Amino acid sequence: MTATNPAIEVAGLTKSYGDHTVLDGVDLTVPEGTVYALLGPNGAGKTTIVNILSTLLTPGAGDIRVAGFDVRREAAGVRASIGLTGQFSAIDELLTGRENLWLMADLAHLDRATTTSAVTEMLERFDLVDAADRRAQTYSGGMKRRLDLAMTLIARPRLIFLDEPTAGLDPRSRRDLWAIVREQVADGVTVLLTTQYLDEADQLADRIGVLDGGRLVAEGTAAELKRRVPGGFVSVQFTDAAGLAAALAAHPDAAADAEALTLQVPNDGSIAGLRRVLDDLDDDMVAGLTVESADLDDVFLALTGHAAVAPVSEGISA
Amino acid sequence: MSTTYTVRDSATMLRRNLLHIRRYPSLSIMLVAQPILFLLLFVYVFGGTLGAGLPGQEGGGDRSDYLVFITPGILIMTVASVALGTAISTATDMTTGILARFRTMDIARVSVLTGHVLGAVIKTGFAVVIVTAFAFLLGFRSDAGPLGWLGAIGLLILIAFALTWLTVGLGLAADSVETASNTPMFLMLLPFISSAFVPTDAMPTGLRQFAEHQPFTPMIDTLRALVTGAPTDSDLWLAIGWCLLMALLGYLWSRRLFLRVPAK
Repeated sequence: MTATNPAIEVAGLTKSYGDHTVLDGVDLTVPEGTVYALLGPNGAGKTTIVNILSTLLTPGAGDIRVAGFDVRREAAGVRASIGLTGQFSAIDELLTGRENLWLMADLAHLDRATTTSAVTEMLERFDLVDAADRRAQTYSGGMKRRLDLAMTLIARPRLIFLDEPTAGLDPRSRRDLWAIVREQVADGVTVLLTTQYLDEADQLADRIGVLDGGRLVAEGTAAELKRRVPGGFVSVQFTDAAGLAAALAAHPDAAADAEALTLQVPNDGSIAGLRRVLDDLDDDMVAGLTVESADLDDVFLALTGHAAVAPVSEGISA
Repeated sequence: MSTTYTVRDSATMLRRNLLHIRRYPSLSIMLVAQPILFLLLFVYVFGGTLGAGLPGQEGGGDRSDYLVFITPGILIMTVASVALGTAISTATDMTTGILARFRTMDIARVSVLTGHVLGAVIKTGFAVVIVTAFAFLLGFRSDAGPLGWLGAIGLLILIAFALTWLTVGLGLAADSVETASNTPMFLMLLPFISSAFVPTDAMPTGLRQFAEHQPFTPMIDTLRALVTGAPTDSDLWLAIGWCLLMALLGYLWSRRLFLRVPAK
């Protein structure tokens, strides 16, 4: 496989169970050494794609190559190139952290010397040295996830699949995990991750595919996706409530926050649109002003017609 | 690539299973305690009366004759009891994510199962030794020579293989660990309707026919002949035949269940 070959090539992937279509013609390409995020709500087909690419499921139809190998005919080659950390912890809870890593190294057929150094390295890198000889059963959620990932990475796969890697983790553990993913990418590893968290895709991914109902409804960088929807607004901070009330009268479609004395006026980001907002404002009453572009939540809503996750509470609208 | 590593991967998986036995001793203790409790119950509660009904002795036998009579059946229940534990540990594997991890690795896939089976056979060896020692403690004595004991060990290993492959299949087929701990219960019940506790002659016709033709009866009769130093008859080949058939079917069934594409 040459450097120009993509790590993942999927064309026309379908999968259905009886009458129920889970994947309805997915095409995607992930170049080597990049991070691709599959973004979508529960049931969109994210895990099904990961399971097919990692040889856990057979595809319905389509041409699928992973690390240069055909997933149907050359599954062993695929398996030798990949690592998977799924949604459910894939560790042996009766074994200690160290034993779990030994198990993986043995199954990856590493020699004794390499195994010893790799296990030590992984324990240090994933901050598990103190807990190394305790049963994994006793680990916290964050530690289990780190061990899980260490077990995936000990054999140094060139391509890793992370299926909702930070689901259920606290913010600190999430950031730790993001740092680990970035380190891997810096080492040239290709990453395909699935997530329901829009900020996670924004933070980690070079490209994002928005999956809804088994179809990729949009694809691009985070910036490209945000540009596709007119979800931006101008946020104006007023010096007093009177100013806020006057501006709200001029912009009935705006959202006001009476306590913070701010008004969010929808805006497409163009100069003309911005000028229209500014023209209506009285200079003395304005304390500050920011222009915000759409975030991925807006993108998701615009592309799929429904929210990705439970909607966040909006400011008090008048 | 996978096939060249079958032995190495199986050894790795066996190590994993042996570690499990050490880390989760309560399951193993429970599985050995079960046949020992049956032994105590049958010898001390029922043994006096049941012993009197044993054929072949003038005026029937006594409690110690009954101990000798049921020890082979209890040993086979020991094997069944450990096999029951294998269904539980296989099902536990199926419900956790570790199995998905194994499936995405370039390893000899069947090693996951052979690890369970080899671990179970070793566990059975320990359990059988403990239960036999217990029977001796209660007064079991035998005229069997080394050849008889060697034959008994061989037969027990064969039975362990057969029952374990069957329970691996039951564990894989179960949708939960709870189911897996229930479905193999018939293996513990079948010895009651066999020649294990009372001679089949005493049963009513229909039941007797079932008891005489079910797989446990030739196994128990052969084991009884081996450990008491009596000559074995055609039951030996019937017992071996049943074991090979059960092991083969269990293996093929387990392999198919394991390699099949997961439903979800």
